Amino acid sequence: MKQKTLERWAPWGLLVLTLVLWQTVCSAFQVSEFIFPSPWRIAQQTFEFKAVIAAHAWRTFWVTMAGFGIAIVVGVLLGFVIGSSRLAYAAVYPLMTGFNALPKAAFVPILVVWFGIGVGPAILTAFLISFFPIMVNIATGLATLEPELEDVLRVLGAKRWDVLIKVGLPRSMPYFFGSLKVAITLAFVGTTVSEMTAANEGIGYLLISAGSAMQMGLAFSGLVVVGAMAMVMYELFSYIENHTTAWAHRGSQEV
Amino acid sequence: MSGQDLMATENFVDFQDVWLAYNEELLAEQHFAVEDINLQVKQGEFIAIVGPSGCGKSTFMKLTTGLRKPSRGRILVDGREVDGPLKISGMAFQAPSLLPWRTTLDNVLLPLEIVEPYRSQFKAKRAEFEARAIELLKSVGLGGYERKFPWQLSGGMQQRASICRALIHEPKMLLLDEPFGALDAFTREELWCTLRDLWTERQFNVILVTHDLRESVFLADTVYVMSKSPGRFVVKRHIDLPRPRDLEVTYTPAFSDIVHELRGHIGAIRKS
Repeated sequence: MKQKTLERWAPWGLLVLTLVLWQTVCSAFQVSEFIFPSPWRIAQQTFEFKAVIAAHAWRTFWVTMAGFGIAIVVGVLLGFVIGSSRLAYAAVYPLMTGFNALPKAAFVPILVVWFGIGVGPAILTAFLISFFPIMVNIATGLATLEPELEDVLRVLGAKRWDVLIKVGLPRSMPYFFGSLKVAITLAFVGTTVSEMTAANEGIGYLLISAGSAMQMGLAFSGLVVVGAMAMVMYELFSYIENHTTAWAHRGSQEV
Repeated sequence: MSGQDLMATENFVDFQDVWLAYNEELLAEQHFAVEDINLQVKQGEFIAIVGPSGCGKSTFMKLTTGLRKPSRGRILVDGREVDGPLKISGMAFQAPSLLPWRTTLDNVLLPLEIVEPYRSQFKAKRAEFEARAIELLKSVGLGGYERKFPWQLSGGMQQRASICRALIHEPKMLLLDEPFGALDAFTREELWCTLRDLWTERQFNVILVTHDLRESVFLADTVYVMSKSPGRFVVKRHIDLPRPRDLEVTYTPAFSDIVHELRGHIGAIRKS
């Protein structure tokens, strides 16, 4: 019980420790705030520009969620197709791996040509960067069915579809929720990167303009806000994962 | 009724000169997984197939259930030629392979969600089916565990549930592929008795693949010894120990003699 409480508070403790250390270094060596602002300075600037930051953060948030939503739909559908057919798996997988290796930031200029400056490129970059883990995890869950289990059902005259619905899909749910946690953080990366060059709004835009105005405190608070949003969403999906597919995590829960 | 139909009704399972190569290349090379299988099993008979590992025992199971078609020869089950998965059989394997997100009860009910006529009645008659599954679970000593998840049960209990899943749709034939192989000796003997009682009560056909000679002699009416690849039946041994058999029988000289004799055949195969 005591161990558990300790584990729960450990990340907060580390955060406070890091901030104190950071503040101490900045104060002790009198580091210029134009080079490396102290946590206190960042907090001050965050408070000062809170309305501006909130507006940009909201924009980044909904754009990310839109891209992430498309990524879930496309990722699940593609994963279902390549996980349920060996031919599709063989055909699609190598291409997808190649595609995934491309830096998504490189797509932004192309997307700007097609969709102009604004939400279009940002939503699509978030989507492109985050659908891959979802697809791979759904496909893995479906493709790694135990052959014995399949035989048990096929002997009864079960069609492929029956096996997929009764066994394949429920079985891939833990993989799916696991991938959402990874994908949502990637989606924030995609949005921010795209906004840095192809938008007049959003945290990415804020970072660039604050940087060029030498407002280092503001730039850092932009980073903090993106990080915080990604973490909150990560925890949300982690919570959903643990409460929908508890059967797959029984080991860690019993401890 | 022709003579052959009469024969078919007498023999529940009838393998006529069956050969199987796993694919066309192997067939062209005349490389067979099992060859020249001739086997007649009477209605309600309990047969066991023993042999060294990799001798095609599991291939034999796939042929019997229609998951595989023979390259040559024909297989009749219940008077009909097998040309696809039979819906009258149930299977259980060494791994219980229960679904971890379903309760024990829902795992046992799974076949009824798939096989007709239960499938179309499943929603309407759910309560009745559940009662039946609970009854079946009780008969193998799992009364009160219906709502537990498989991972909350011991290995032996999971295997009992797996056998219930194979029997819930009242199959005419039960196929068991080394079902007790992963269990400890005491649990294994307990489950022998469970299986014996279920079979005595319901009189379905059983095909048990195993490499435990004592298990085969204790349970089966007839034991077939299979040679290693390519698999073929080399010995057919009728077990004339009186029924009902008690675990005590396994300590009698008559029992040991049969086990010893079969062991001799297996030894001869391994040397050749």
